[in-house]
Amino acid sequence: MTDSATLWLTLGVIGLITFAYRLSFIALMDRLRVPALVTRALRFVPVAALTAIIVPELVISNGTADLSLDNLRLIAGAVAIIVAWRTKNTLLTIGVGMAVLWALQLVMG
Amino acid sequence: MPILLGVIPFGMIYGALAVSAGLTASASLAMSSVVFAGSAQFITAQLIAQAAPWFVVILTAAIVNLRHMLYSASLAPYVQHLPMRWKAGLAYLLTDEAYAMAITRFHQPDRGGAFGHWYFLGAGLTLWATWQLSTLAGVMAGALVPPAWSLDFALPLTFIAIVVPALKDRPAIATALVAGVMSVLAFDMLLKLSIVAATLCGIVAGLLAEAVNGWAHAKRKTQDARPNDP
Repeated sequence: MTDSATLWLTLGVIGLITFAYRLSFIALMDRLRVPALVTRALRFVPVAALTAIIVPELVISNGTADLSLDNLRLIAGAVAIIVAWRTKNTLLTIGVGMAVLWALQLVMG
Repeated sequence: MPILLGVIPFGMIYGALAVSAGLTASASLAMSSVVFAGSAQFITAQLIAQAAPWFVVILTAAIVNLRHMLYSASLAPYVQHLPMRWKAGLAYLLTDEAYAMAITRFHQPDRGGAFGHWYFLGAGLTLWATWQLSTLAGVMAGALVPPAWSLDFALPLTFIAIVVPALKDRPAIATALVAGVMSVLAFDMLLKLSIVAATLCGIVAGLLAEAVNGWAHAKRKTQDARPNDP
């Protein structure tokens, strides 16, 4: 569905949902009652969703989990995690991670 | 605004990735103004490239973007006095970065002053224009970048830079551990629903860890309250 009516409708619906989220409390604060459990759960959404995207990108290689040292993305990702942890610097994390991957690709061919 | 320095490469990488994922240039650009949320745009482009069904793409983006409700709740008290067209305009511009800038301003002793909403609007519009232009640059450059450069790896790296500093307490760490393990275990799940499933497991883990923390805390408190106990 890379260029079809379905694709455009999908993008439109995602846009509407995102706008509805952003407008929700701003427009309806007086009338909106959200259960405390939902508010607590919302705090964990970014970490949960982004981790669920990151880990397969690092671990899955050619369709299967690869935890060996031959998995260059896993090594580069581990280095990037250390850089992010020690520096909290976004650009440095991306830069070091890419540089490690390129270096490993050069060496290991 | 140093925050723009982070937005420009992110937008360029998104533009390049969307084109390499098989989206047309017009769809890649349209997503930046219709959705206007970096991480959701990345994952949407990726799921479309993997031929996930439309409802899974929508469901995944809906979960990844849920955090915007938090921002809306947090800023709502500061914009209640504005007319609806202002509220709608500011809501459209409410990205991660715009939230960070607006809430800093509103938390100042004068609650952002009488023109706090103008600051929010200015920051939002600047971020919007920067995002559209950097997406355009990425879309144009994307076709020139050879696949050997592994530019797609910038996506997990960007998310690592967001997630790792957010792991400040045990519930957050439990969330990440469970979501990460489940995302691999569920990888072969039907219809590319693994991200949704792993995210929900991670959220439940975070809530449980928080509850356990709370009980432990309450227990300590009751013990402290009885200093004469042997």
